[in-house]
Amino acid sequence: MGRTTALLIVCLAVAATGLQAGLDRVGRPGLPDGVTGNILYLRSPGVATRAALSYRSLAADVYWIRTLQHYGRTKLSDEARKPYDLLQPLLDLTTSLDPRFNVAYRFGAIFLAEDPPAGAGRPDQAIALLEKGLVAQPGKWEFAQDIGFVHYWWRHDFDSAARWFQRAADMPDAPNWLAPLAAVTLAQGGSRESARLLWQQVVAEADADWLVSQGEFRLRQLDALDQIAALETLTREYEARRGDPPASWEALVQSGALRGMPLDPDGFPYRLNPYWGTVSLDERSTLNPLPTDAGTRP
Amino acid sequence: MNPSIVLQVAGSVFRESVRDRVLYNLVAFAVLLIAVSFLLGQLTAGQDVKIIKDLGLAAIGTFGLLIAVFIGVGLVWKEVEKRSIYSLLSKPVRRHEFILGKFCGLGLTLVVNVAVMSVAFYLVLGWLAWRETPEVRASWAAPATDPAMLKAVLLITVELLLVTAIALFFSTFSSPFLSVLMTVALWVIGSLSTDLRDLGTVVDAPVAAGLARGLYYILPNFSAFDVKAEVVHGVPVGAGYVALTTVYGAVYLAFVLAAAVAVFARRDFK
Repeated sequence: MGRTTALLIVCLAVAATGLQAGLDRVGRPGLPDGVTGNILYLRSPGVATRAALSYRSLAADVYWIRTLQHYGRTKLSDEARKPYDLLQPLLDLTTSLDPRFNVAYRFGAIFLAEDPPAGAGRPDQAIALLEKGLVAQPGKWEFAQDIGFVHYWWRHDFDSAARWFQRAADMPDAPNWLAPLAAVTLAQGGSRESARLLWQQVVAEADADWLVSQGEFRLRQLDALDQIAALETLTREYEARRGDPPASWEALVQSGALRGMPLDPDGFPYRLNPYWGTVSLDERSTLNPLPTDAGTRP
Repeated sequence: MNPSIVLQVAGSVFRESVRDRVLYNLVAFAVLLIAVSFLLGQLTAGQDVKIIKDLGLAAIGTFGLLIAVFIGVGLVWKEVEKRSIYSLLSKPVRRHEFILGKFCGLGLTLVVNVAVMSVAFYLVLGWLAWRETPEVRASWAAPATDPAMLKAVLLITVELLLVTAIALFFSTFSSPFLSVLMTVALWVIGSLSTDLRDLGTVVDAPVAAGLARGLYYILPNFSAFDVKAEVVHGVPVGAGYVALTTVYGAVYLAFVLAAAVAVFARRDFK
Protein backbone atom coordinates (compact mmCIF):
# COMPACT_ATOMS: atom_id res chain seq x y z
CA MET A 1 0.00 0.00 0.00
CA GLY A 2 1.49 3.29 -1.10
CA ARG A 3 1.63 6.44 0.98
CA THR A 4 -0.97 8.09 -1.22
CA THR A 5 -3.44 5.26 -0.57
CA ALA A 6 -2.79 5.36 3.16
CA LEU A 7 -3.27 9.13 3.17
CA LEU A 8 -6.50 8.74 1.20
CA ILE A 9 -7.85 6.17 3.69
CA VAL A 10 -7.02 8.42 6.66
CA CYS A 11 -8.62 11.45 4.96
CA LEU A 12 -11.80 9.52 4.14
CA ALA A 13 -12.04 8.17 7.71
CA VAL A 14 -11.64 11.69 9.14
CA ALA A 15 -14.20 13.06 6.67
CA ALA A 16 -16.74 10.34 7.57
CA THR A 17 -16.26 11.03 11.30
CA GLY A 18 -16.61 14.78 10.74
CA LEU A 19 -19.77 14.32 8.68
CA GLN A 20 -21.25 12.11 11.39
CA ALA A 21 -20.61 14.85 13.96
CA GLY A 22 -22.20 17.35 11.56
CA LEU A 23 -25.27 15.12 11.17
CA ASP A 24 -25.64 15.00 14.95
CA ARG A 25 -25.47 18.79 15.13
CA VAL A 26 -28.10 19.27 12.41
CA GLY A 27 -30.37 16.69 14.03
CA ARG A 28 -33.00 14.49 12.46
CA PRO A 29 -36.22 16.06 11.20
CA GLY A 30 -38.90 15.65 13.86
CA LEU A 31 -42.08 13.65 13.36
CA PRO A 32 -45.44 15.45 13.34
CA ASP A 33 -47.42 15.61 16.59
CA GLY A 34 -49.20 12.38 17.43
CA VAL A 35 -46.84 10.25 15.33
CA THR A 36 -44.59 8.22 17.63
CA GLY A 37 -42.26 6.56 15.14
CA ASN A 38 -42.51 3.42 17.25
CA ILE A 39 -42.70 0.57 14.78
CA LEU A 40 -42.62 -3.14 15.50
CA TYR A 41 -42.49 -5.01 12.21
CA LEU A 42 -42.94 -8.44 13.74
CA ARG A 43 -45.85 -8.68 16.14
CA SER A 44 -46.96 -12.28 15.82
CA PRO A 45 -45.46 -14.47 18.57
CA GLY A 46 -46.15 -17.55 16.41
CA VAL A 47 -44.15 -16.19 13.49
CA ALA A 48 -41.39 -14.95 15.80
CA THR A 49 -40.93 -18.31 17.49
CA ARG A 50 -40.69 -20.08 14.15
CA ALA A 51 -38.41 -17.48 12.57
CA ALA A 52 -36.03 -17.65 15.53
CA LEU A 53 -35.38 -21.38 14.89
CA SER A 54 -33.08 -22.61 17.68
CA TYR A 55 -32.26 -19.05 18.75
CA ARG A 56 -35.54 -18.39 20.58
CA SER A 57 -33.93 -17.69 23.91
CA LEU A 58 -31.47 -15.25 22.35
CA ALA A 59 -34.25 -13.58 20.35
CA ALA A 60 -36.20 -13.21 23.63
CA ASP A 61 -33.16 -11.45 25.12
CA VAL A 62 -33.08 -9.06 22.16
CA TYR A 63 -36.78 -8.26 22.56
CA TRP A 64 -36.27 -7.84 26.32
CA ILE A 65 -33.52 -5.29 25.71
CA ARG A 66 -35.83 -3.54 23.23
CA THR A 67 -38.58 -3.53 25.88
CA LEU A 68 -36.28 -1.88 28.41
CA GLN A 69 -35.11 0.66 25.85
CA HIS A 70 -38.66 1.45 24.78
CA TYR A 71 -39.81 1.83 28.39
CA GLY A 72 -36.80 3.92 29.44
CA ARG A 73 -36.80 6.13 26.37
CA THR A 74 -40.54 6.77 26.60
CA LYS A 75 -40.43 7.45 30.33
CA LEU A 76 -37.61 9.98 29.89
CA SER A 77 -39.10 11.64 26.80
CA ASP A 78 -40.40 15.20 26.91
CA GLU A 79 -43.73 14.29 25.32
CA ALA A 80 -46.80 15.11 27.37
CA ARG A 81 -48.55 11.85 26.40
CA LYS A 82 -46.02 9.07 26.88
CA PRO A 83 -46.64 6.57 24.07
CA TYR A 84 -45.90 3.17 25.61
CA ASP A 85 -47.67 1.60 22.65
CA LEU A 86 -45.02 -1.05 21.96
CA LEU A 87 -44.68 -2.20 25.55
CA GLN A 88 -47.34 -4.91 25.51
CA PRO A 89 -46.43 -6.40 22.08
CA LEU A 90 -42.72 -6.41 22.98
CA LEU A 91 -43.40 -8.18 26.26
CA ASP A 92 -45.72 -10.61 24.49
CA LEU A 93 -42.97 -11.46 21.99
CA THR A 94 -40.33 -11.78 24.73
CA THR A 95 -42.40 -14.15 26.82
CA SER A 96 -43.58 -16.16 23.81
CA LEU A 97 -39.99 -16.69 22.66
CA ASP A 98 -38.87 -17.63 26.16
CA PRO A 99 -41.87 -18.66 28.31
CA ARG A 100 -39.59 -19.00 31.36
CA PHE A 101 -38.28 -15.42 31.20
CA ASN A 102 -39.58 -14.64 34.69
CA VAL A 103 -38.23 -11.11 34.90
CA ALA A 104 -40.03 -10.16 31.71
CA TYR A 105 -43.36 -11.14 33.28
CA ARG A 106 -42.68 -9.50 36.65
CA PHE A 107 -41.00 -6.27 35.54
CA GLY A 108 -43.19 -6.09 32.48
CA ALA A 109 -46.32 -6.21 34.64
CA ILE A 110 -45.08 -3.23 36.64
CA PHE A 111 -44.17 -1.28 33.49
CA LEU A 112 -47.67 -1.95 32.13
CA ALA A 113 -49.57 -1.30 35.35
CA GLU A 114 -47.83 1.88 36.53
CA ASP A 115 -49.97 4.97 36.08
CA PRO A 116 -48.85 7.38 33.35
CA PRO A 117 -46.37 8.98 32.96
CA ALA A 118 -44.30 6.32 34.79
CA GLY A 119 -45.99 3.45 32.94
CA ALA A 120 -48.63 2.47 30.44
CA GLY A 121 -51.49 2.62 32.96
CA ARG A 122 -52.81 -0.75 31.76
CA PRO A 123 -53.21 -3.03 34.79
CA ASP A 124 -55.48 -5.23 32.65
CA GLN A 125 -52.56 -5.96 30.30
CA ALA A 126 -50.28 -6.51 33.30
CA ILE A 127 -52.67 -9.13 34.69
CA ALA A 128 -53.00 -10.78 31.26
CA LEU A 129 -49.19 -10.98 31.00
CA LEU A 130 -48.87 -12.57 34.44
CA GLU A 131 -51.71 -15.00 33.70
CA LYS A 132 -49.80 -16.01 30.56
CA GLY A 133 -46.82 -16.65 32.85
CA LEU A 134 -48.97 -18.83 35.07
CA VAL A 135 -50.10 -20.87 32.07
CA ALA A 136 -46.42 -21.44 31.15
CA GLN A 137 -45.39 -22.16 34.77
CA PRO A 138 -48.47 -23.10 36.79
CA GLY A 139 -46.54 -23.51 40.05
CA LYS A 140 -44.94 -20.06 40.00
CA TRP A 141 -46.47 -18.48 43.11
CA GLU A 142 -44.65 -15.20 42.40
CA PHE A 143 -46.89 -14.58 39.37
CA ALA A 144 -50.06 -15.15 41.44
CA GLN A 145 -48.68 -12.81 44.11
CA ASP A 146 -47.92 -10.20 41.44
CA ILE A 147 -51.46 -10.45 40.06
CA GLY A 148 -52.75 -9.81 43.57
CA PHE A 149 -50.33 -6.91 43.80
CA VAL A 150 -51.62 -5.33 40.58
CA HIS A 151 -55.21 -5.71 41.83
CA TYR A 152 -54.22 -4.13 45.14
CA TRP A 153 -52.03 -1.24 44.10
CA TRP A 154 -53.31 -0.16 40.72
CA ARG A 155 -56.90 -1.44 40.53
CA HIS A 156 -57.67 -0.98 44.24
CA ASP A 157 -59.71 -4.18 44.01
CA PHE A 158 -58.81 -5.56 47.43
CA ASP A 159 -61.12 -8.59 47.27
CA SER A 160 -59.46 -9.81 44.07
CA ALA A 161 -56.05 -9.00 45.54
CA ALA A 162 -56.77 -11.07 48.65
CA ARG A 163 -58.05 -13.93 46.47
CA TRP A 164 -54.84 -13.97 44.41
CA PHE A 165 -52.61 -13.70 47.48
CA GLN A 166 -54.45 -16.70 48.91
CA ARG A 167 -54.07 -18.57 45.63
CA ALA A 168 -50.33 -17.81 45.71
CA ALA A 169 -50.17 -18.96 49.34
CA ASP A 170 -51.75 -22.29 48.37
CA MET A 171 -49.09 -23.01 45.76
CA PRO A 172 -46.14 -25.32 46.48
CA ASP A 173 -43.07 -23.62 47.96
CA ALA A 174 -45.00 -20.40 48.66
CA PRO A 175 -43.56 -18.43 51.61
CA ASN A 176 -45.36 -18.30 54.97
CA TRP A 177 -46.10 -14.59 54.82
CA LEU A 178 -48.50 -14.89 51.88
CA ALA A 179 -51.45 -16.32 53.84
CA PRO A 180 -51.35 -13.54 56.51
CA LEU A 181 -51.01 -11.00 53.69
CA ALA A 182 -54.17 -12.36 52.09
CA ALA A 183 -55.98 -12.10 55.43
CA VAL A 184 -54.76 -8.54 56.11
CA THR A 185 -55.69 -7.46 52.59
CA LEU A 186 -59.17 -8.88 53.00
CA ALA A 187 -59.64 -7.25 56.40
CA GLN A 188 -57.90 -3.91 55.88
CA GLY A 189 -57.43 -3.58 52.10
CA GLY A 190 -56.31 -0.08 51.19
CA SER A 191 -54.79 0.66 54.58
CA ARG A 192 -51.27 2.00 54.76
CA GLU A 193 -50.30 -0.87 57.03
CA SER A 194 -51.29 -3.54 54.53
CA ALA A 195 -49.67 -1.53 51.71
CA ARG A 196 -46.47 -1.26 53.75
CA LEU A 197 -46.49 -5.01 54.40
CA LEU A 198 -46.88 -5.60 50.68
CA TRP A 199 -44.00 -3.35 49.62
CA GLN A 200 -41.74 -4.65 52.41
CA GLN A 201 -42.21 -8.12 50.99
CA VAL A 202 -41.47 -6.84 47.48
CA VAL A 203 -38.18 -5.35 48.71
CA ALA A 204 -37.30 -8.47 50.70
CA GLU A 205 -38.05 -10.84 47.80
CA ALA A 206 -36.78 -8.66 44.93
CA ASP A 207 -34.05 -10.19 42.80
CA ALA A 208 -33.13 -7.00 40.96
CA ASP A 209 -31.87 -3.60 42.05
CA TRP A 210 -34.56 -1.83 40.06
CA LEU A 211 -37.35 -3.58 41.95
CA VAL A 212 -35.66 -2.90 45.29
CA SER A 213 -35.40 0.82 44.54
CA GLN A 214 -39.01 0.85 43.32
CA GLY A 215 -40.14 -0.82 46.57
CA GLU A 216 -38.07 1.53 48.71
CA PHE A 217 -39.53 4.50 46.85
CA ARG A 218 -43.06 3.27 47.58
CA LEU A 219 -42.15 2.72 51.25
CA ARG A 220 -40.84 6.30 51.47
CA GLN A 221 -44.11 7.49 49.94
CA LEU A 222 -46.02 5.59 52.64
CA ASP A 223 -43.75 7.14 55.29
CA ALA A 224 -44.54 10.56 53.80
CA LEU A 225 -48.27 9.80 54.02
CA ASP A 226 -47.80 8.84 57.69
CA GLN A 227 -45.87 12.03 58.34
CA ILE A 228 -48.45 14.19 56.51
CA ALA A 229 -51.21 12.63 58.63
CA ALA A 230 -49.23 13.30 61.83
CA LEU A 231 -48.51 16.91 60.78
CA GLU A 232 -52.17 17.52 59.96
CA THR A 233 -53.08 16.24 63.43
CA LEU A 234 -50.71 18.86 64.85
CA THR A 235 -52.23 21.64 62.74
CA ARG A 236 -55.75 20.60 63.83
CA GLU A 237 -54.70 20.62 67.49
CA TYR A 238 -53.09 24.03 66.95
CA GLU A 239 -56.29 25.32 65.35
CA ALA A 240 -58.36 23.90 68.23
CA ARG A 241 -56.19 25.81 70.72
CA ARG A 242 -55.74 29.09 68.82
CA GLY A 243 -58.83 29.29 66.62
CA ASP A 244 -56.86 29.44 63.32
CA PRO A 245 -54.53 27.01 61.58
CA PRO A 246 -50.80 27.82 61.92
CA ALA A 247 -49.65 30.46 59.41
CA SER A 248 -46.28 28.75 58.95
CA TRP A 249 -44.12 25.94 60.29
CA GLU A 250 -42.38 28.51 62.49
CA ALA A 251 -45.66 29.03 64.36
CA LEU A 252 -45.81 25.32 65.17
CA VAL A 253 -42.14 25.33 66.17
CA GLN A 254 -42.68 28.33 68.48
CA SER A 255 -45.69 26.61 70.03
CA GLY A 256 -43.43 23.66 70.89
CA ALA A 257 -45.34 21.17 68.74
CA LEU A 258 -42.42 20.79 66.28
CA ARG A 259 -38.67 20.91 66.75
CA GLY A 260 -37.91 22.31 63.31
CA MET A 261 -38.92 22.52 59.68
CA PRO A 262 -40.46 19.13 58.79
CA LEU A 263 -38.80 17.39 55.85
CA ASP A 264 -40.16 14.53 53.78
CA PRO A 265 -38.18 11.24 53.57
CA ASP A 266 -36.33 12.56 50.52
CA GLY A 267 -35.32 15.76 52.34
CA PHE A 268 -37.74 18.26 50.82
CA PRO A 269 -39.72 20.55 53.20
CA TYR A 270 -43.44 19.82 53.51
CA ARG A 271 -45.80 22.55 52.37
CA LEU A 272 -48.39 23.93 54.79
CA ASN A 273 -51.61 25.50 53.58
CA PRO A 274 -52.14 28.30 56.13
CA TYR A 275 -55.86 28.65 55.32
CA TRP A 276 -56.93 25.05 55.72
CA GLY A 277 -54.09 23.63 57.78
CA THR A 278 -53.51 20.90 55.24
CA VAL A 279 -50.05 19.51 54.48
CA SER A 280 -48.68 18.37 51.15
CA LEU A 281 -45.40 17.50 49.47
CA ASP A 282 -43.28 20.26 48.04
CA GLU A 283 -43.75 20.32 44.27
CA ARG A 284 -40.00 19.67 43.84
CA SER A 285 -40.18 16.55 46.00
CA THR A 286 -39.02 13.37 44.30
CA LEU A 287 -41.84 11.50 46.05
CA ASN A 288 -44.49 13.11 43.83
CA PRO A 289 -47.10 12.03 42.96
CA LEU A 290 -48.30 10.26 46.11
CA PRO A 291 -50.66 7.29 45.65
CA THR A 292 -54.25 8.40 45.27
CA ASP A 293 -56.14 5.54 46.89
CA ALA A 294 -54.38 2.33 47.88
CA GLY A 295 -52.35 3.04 50.97
CA THR A 296 -53.88 6.43 51.72
CA ARG A 297 -56.05 5.24 54.59
CA PRO A 298 -54.30 5.20 57.97
CA MET B 1 -11.45 -50.41 6.12
CA ASN B 2 -8.02 -49.31 7.26
CA PRO B 3 -8.36 -47.00 10.32
CA SER B 4 -4.85 -45.61 9.91
CA ILE B 5 -5.72 -44.29 6.44
CA VAL B 6 -8.89 -42.70 7.82
CA LEU B 7 -6.80 -41.07 10.55
CA GLN B 8 -4.23 -39.83 8.04
CA VAL B 9 -6.93 -38.19 5.90
CA ALA B 10 -8.55 -36.76 9.07
CA GLY B 11 -5.22 -35.36 10.26
CA SER B 12 -4.66 -33.72 6.92
CA VAL B 13 -8.14 -32.08 7.02
CA PHE B 14 -7.50 -30.84 10.58
CA ARG B 15 -4.07 -29.41 9.66
CA GLU B 16 -5.55 -27.75 6.60
CA SER B 17 -8.30 -26.11 8.67
CA VAL B 18 -5.68 -24.81 11.10
CA ARG B 19 -3.62 -23.53 8.15
CA ASP B 20 -6.75 -21.86 6.74
CA ARG B 21 -7.08 -19.97 10.05
CA VAL B 22 -10.45 -21.57 10.83
CA LEU B 23 -9.57 -21.48 14.52
CA TYR B 24 -9.40 -17.68 14.34
CA ASN B 25 -13.13 -17.74 15.04
CA LEU B 26 -12.21 -18.67 18.62
CA VAL B 27 -10.70 -15.23 19.06
CA ALA B 28 -13.86 -13.65 17.62
CA PHE B 29 -15.95 -15.72 20.03
CA ALA B 30 -13.91 -14.68 23.07
CA VAL B 31 -13.93 -11.00 22.06
CA LEU B 32 -17.69 -11.10 21.44
CA LEU B 33 -18.42 -12.71 24.79
CA ILE B 34 -16.16 -10.44 26.83
CA ALA B 35 -17.33 -7.27 25.05
CA VAL B 36 -20.98 -8.17 25.50
CA SER B 37 -20.51 -9.07 29.16
CA PHE B 38 -19.04 -5.60 29.75
CA LEU B 39 -21.82 -3.83 27.88
CA LEU B 40 -24.87 -5.78 29.02
CA GLY B 41 -24.95 -4.89 32.71
CA GLN B 42 -26.64 -1.56 32.17
CA LEU B 43 -28.99 -2.75 29.45
CA THR B 44 -30.71 -5.82 30.78
CA ALA B 45 -32.08 -5.08 34.28
CA GLY B 46 -30.00 -7.72 36.01
CA GLN B 47 -30.32 -10.35 33.30
CA ASP B 48 -26.71 -10.20 32.12
CA VAL B 49 -25.81 -13.76 33.21
CA LYS B 50 -28.88 -15.22 31.50
CA ILE B 51 -28.13 -13.28 28.34
CA ILE B 52 -24.44 -14.21 28.35
CA LYS B 53 -25.47 -17.85 28.70
CA ASP B 54 -27.97 -17.52 25.82
CA LEU B 55 -25.47 -15.67 23.69
CA GLY B 56 -22.57 -18.00 24.50
CA LEU B 57 -24.48 -21.18 23.72
CA ALA B 58 -25.99 -19.65 20.58
CA ALA B 59 -22.55 -18.46 19.45
CA ILE B 60 -20.98 -21.88 20.05
CA GLY B 61 -23.71 -23.35 17.84
CA THR B 62 -23.52 -20.64 15.18
CA PHE B 63 -19.74 -20.56 14.79
CA GLY B 64 -19.76 -24.34 14.59
CA LEU B 65 -22.62 -24.33 12.10
CA LEU B 66 -20.78 -21.91 9.81
CA ILE B 67 -17.67 -24.09 9.92
CA ALA B 68 -19.65 -27.30 9.39
CA VAL B 69 -21.58 -25.92 6.42
CA PHE B 70 -19.01 -23.82 4.61
CA ILE B 71 -16.04 -26.13 5.09
CA GLY B 72 -18.10 -29.31 4.94
CA VAL B 73 -19.46 -28.55 1.46
CA GLY B 74 -15.94 -27.98 0.12
CA LEU B 75 -14.39 -31.12 1.53
CA VAL B 76 -14.93 -33.29 -1.52
CA TRP B 77 -15.62 -30.60 -4.07
CA LYS B 78 -12.21 -28.94 -3.53
CA GLU B 79 -10.38 -32.21 -4.17
CA VAL B 80 -12.35 -32.71 -7.38
CA GLU B 81 -11.93 -29.09 -8.49
CA LYS B 82 -8.15 -29.16 -7.88
CA ARG B 83 -8.00 -32.62 -9.47
CA SER B 84 -6.07 -33.87 -6.47
CA ILE B 85 -8.74 -36.57 -6.14
CA TYR B 86 -7.02 -38.51 -8.92
CA SER B 87 -3.67 -38.75 -7.14
CA LEU B 88 -5.47 -39.49 -3.84
CA LEU B 89 -7.56 -42.33 -5.20
CA SER B 90 -4.62 -43.76 -7.11
CA LYS B 91 -2.96 -44.37 -3.73
CA PRO B 92 -4.18 -47.20 -1.51
CA VAL B 93 -7.05 -45.03 -0.22
CA ARG B 94 -10.47 -46.49 -0.70
CA ARG B 95 -13.36 -44.15 -1.34
CA HIS B 96 -15.16 -44.84 1.91
CA GLU B 97 -11.91 -44.27 3.83
CA PHE B 98 -11.55 -40.95 2.06
CA ILE B 99 -15.10 -39.86 3.01
CA LEU B 100 -14.80 -41.05 6.62
CA GLY B 101 -11.39 -39.40 6.94
CA LYS B 102 -12.76 -36.11 5.64
CA PHE B 103 -15.65 -36.33 8.11
CA CYS B 104 -13.42 -37.20 11.06
CA GLY B 105 -11.02 -34.37 10.22
CA LEU B 106 -13.68 -31.71 10.14
CA GLY B 107 -15.38 -33.34 13.14
CA LEU B 108 -12.13 -33.02 15.08
CA THR B 109 -11.85 -29.35 14.07
CA LEU B 110 -15.39 -28.77 15.33
CA VAL B 111 -14.83 -30.64 18.60
CA VAL B 112 -11.65 -28.61 19.30
CA ASN B 113 -13.58 -25.42 18.45
CA VAL B 114 -16.48 -26.26 20.71
CA ALA B 115 -14.17 -27.34 23.54
CA VAL B 116 -12.10 -24.14 23.46
CA MET B 117 -15.22 -21.95 23.13
CA SER B 118 -16.80 -23.76 26.08
CA VAL B 119 -13.72 -23.09 28.23
CA ALA B 120 -13.83 -19.37 27.29
CA PHE B 121 -17.59 -19.36 27.95
CA TYR B 122 -17.18 -20.81 31.45
CA LEU B 123 -14.30 -18.43 32.21
CA VAL B 124 -16.43 -15.38 31.33
CA LEU B 125 -19.34 -16.72 33.38
CA GLY B 126 -17.01 -17.49 36.28
CA TRP B 127 -15.75 -13.94 36.18
CA LEU B 128 -19.34 -12.60 36.12
CA ALA B 129 -20.20 -14.74 39.14
CA TRP B 130 -17.04 -13.70 40.99
CA ARG B 131 -17.80 -9.98 40.72
CA GLU B 132 -21.37 -10.38 42.07
CA THR B 133 -22.45 -10.56 45.70
CA PRO B 134 -23.70 -13.87 47.18
CA GLU B 135 -27.23 -12.36 47.37
CA VAL B 136 -27.28 -11.62 43.65
CA ARG B 137 -25.86 -15.06 42.85
CA ALA B 138 -28.58 -16.64 44.98
CA SER B 139 -31.27 -14.91 42.88
CA TRP B 140 -30.12 -16.57 39.63
CA ALA B 141 -32.25 -19.40 38.28
CA ALA B 142 -29.10 -21.53 37.94
CA PRO B 143 -25.46 -20.98 38.97
CA ALA B 144 -23.42 -19.00 36.44
CA THR B 145 -21.03 -21.89 35.84
CA ASP B 146 -23.72 -24.57 36.02
CA PRO B 147 -22.16 -27.86 34.80
CA ALA B 148 -25.59 -28.78 33.38
CA MET B 149 -24.82 -26.44 30.47
CA LEU B 150 -22.36 -29.08 29.27
CA LYS B 151 -25.39 -31.17 28.30
CA ALA B 152 -26.42 -28.42 25.88
CA VAL B 153 -22.81 -28.19 24.63
CA LEU B 154 -22.72 -31.95 24.06
CA LEU B 155 -25.96 -31.90 22.08
CA ILE B 156 -24.74 -28.89 20.06
CA THR B 157 -21.61 -30.89 19.20
CA VAL B 158 -23.68 -33.88 18.05
CA GLU B 159 -25.87 -31.55 16.00
CA LEU B 160 -22.80 -29.97 14.37
CA LEU B 161 -21.39 -33.39 13.50
CA LEU B 162 -24.71 -34.30 11.89
CA VAL B 163 -24.69 -31.04 9.90
CA THR B 164 -21.12 -31.82 8.82
CA ALA B 165 -22.20 -35.25 7.59
CA ILE B 166 -25.09 -33.71 5.65
CA ALA B 167 -22.83 -31.06 4.09
CA LEU B 168 -20.34 -33.77 3.18
CA PHE B 169 -23.12 -35.87 1.65
CA PHE B 170 -24.24 -33.02 -0.62
CA SER B 171 -20.60 -32.25 -1.38
CA THR B 172 -20.17 -35.72 -2.91
CA PHE B 173 -22.43 -34.91 -5.88
CA SER B 174 -23.23 -31.20 -5.93
CA SER B 175 -21.59 -27.79 -6.28
CA PRO B 176 -20.67 -25.89 -3.09
CA PHE B 177 -23.38 -23.27 -3.68
CA LEU B 178 -26.16 -25.84 -4.02
CA SER B 179 -24.70 -27.88 -1.16
CA VAL B 180 -24.81 -24.85 1.15
CA LEU B 181 -28.39 -24.13 0.11
CA MET B 182 -29.54 -27.72 0.65
CA THR B 183 -27.67 -28.17 3.94
CA VAL B 184 -29.03 -24.92 5.37
CA ALA B 185 -32.53 -25.74 4.10
CA LEU B 186 -32.39 -29.14 5.77
CA TRP B 187 -31.14 -27.56 9.01
CA VAL B 188 -33.96 -24.98 8.97
CA ILE B 189 -36.61 -27.61 8.26
CA GLY B 190 -35.11 -29.88 10.90
CA SER B 191 -35.21 -27.04 13.42
CA LEU B 192 -38.93 -26.59 12.71
CA SER B 193 -39.70 -30.29 12.65
CA THR B 194 -42.22 -30.15 15.49
CA ASP B 195 -44.34 -27.91 13.25
CA LEU B 196 -44.33 -30.66 10.65
CA ARG B 197 -45.51 -33.13 13.26
CA ASP B 198 -48.29 -30.83 14.46
CA LEU B 199 -49.46 -29.65 11.03
CA GLY B 200 -52.56 -31.85 11.35
CA THR B 201 -53.78 -29.71 14.25
CA VAL B 202 -53.80 -26.51 12.19
CA VAL B 203 -54.85 -27.64 8.69
CA ASP B 204 -57.89 -29.65 7.70
CA ALA B 205 -56.07 -31.69 5.04
CA PRO B 206 -55.36 -35.26 6.16
CA VAL B 207 -53.09 -36.03 3.18
CA ALA B 208 -50.89 -32.96 3.71
CA ALA B 209 -50.85 -33.60 7.45
CA GLY B 210 -49.86 -37.24 6.89
CA LEU B 211 -47.14 -36.21 4.44
CA ALA B 212 -45.80 -33.65 6.92
CA ARG B 213 -45.84 -36.25 9.66
CA GLY B 214 -43.93 -38.65 7.42
CA LEU B 215 -41.33 -35.96 6.73
CA TYR B 216 -41.08 -35.34 10.47
CA TYR B 217 -39.90 -38.91 10.98
CA ILE B 218 -37.63 -39.00 7.91
CA LEU B 219 -35.87 -35.63 8.13
CA PRO B 220 -33.30 -34.97 10.86
CA ASN B 221 -34.97 -33.51 13.94
CA PHE B 222 -32.55 -30.74 14.84
CA SER B 223 -34.95 -29.24 17.38
CA ALA B 224 -34.31 -32.27 19.60
CA PHE B 225 -30.71 -31.12 20.09
CA ASP B 226 -31.78 -27.71 21.34
CA VAL B 227 -31.91 -27.71 25.15
CA LYS B 228 -30.25 -24.31 25.51
CA ALA B 229 -33.26 -22.58 27.08
CA GLU B 230 -33.74 -25.41 29.57
CA VAL B 231 -30.16 -25.41 30.87
CA VAL B 232 -30.05 -21.61 31.04
CA HIS B 233 -33.16 -21.59 33.24
CA GLY B 234 -31.89 -24.45 35.36
CA VAL B 235 -34.64 -26.80 34.19
CA PRO B 236 -33.39 -30.38 34.62
CA VAL B 237 -32.51 -32.17 31.37
CA GLY B 238 -32.49 -35.87 32.08
CA ALA B 239 -29.41 -37.96 31.32
CA GLY B 240 -31.75 -40.40 29.53
CA TYR B 241 -32.91 -37.66 27.15
CA VAL B 242 -29.33 -36.58 26.44
CA ALA B 243 -28.24 -40.19 25.85
CA LEU B 244 -31.21 -41.00 23.58
CA THR B 245 -30.75 -37.80 21.55
CA THR B 246 -27.03 -38.51 21.22
CA VAL B 247 -27.76 -42.05 20.00
CA TYR B 248 -30.37 -40.64 17.58
CA GLY B 249 -27.79 -38.18 16.25
CA ALA B 250 -25.15 -40.90 15.94
CA VAL B 251 -27.48 -43.27 14.07
CA TYR B 252 -28.69 -40.52 11.72
CA LEU B 253 -25.10 -39.42 11.19
CA ALA B 254 -24.08 -42.99 10.32
CA PHE B 255 -27.00 -43.20 7.88
CA VAL B 256 -26.00 -39.95 6.13
CA LEU B 257 -22.33 -40.97 5.98
CA ALA B 258 -23.30 -44.35 4.54
CA ALA B 259 -25.34 -42.53 1.90
CA ALA B 260 -22.39 -40.22 1.18
CA VAL B 261 -20.06 -43.22 0.81
CA ALA B 262 -22.58 -44.94 -1.48
CA VAL B 263 -22.94 -41.89 -3.73
CA PHE B 264 -19.19 -41.22 -3.78
CA ALA B 265 -18.44 -44.86 -4.57
CA ARG B 266 -20.57 -44.68 -7.70
CA ARG B 267 -19.18 -41.36 -8.85
CA ASP B 268 -17.23 -41.41 -12.09
CA PHE B 269 -14.24 -39.03 -12.15
CA LYS B 270 -13.21 -39.66 -15.75
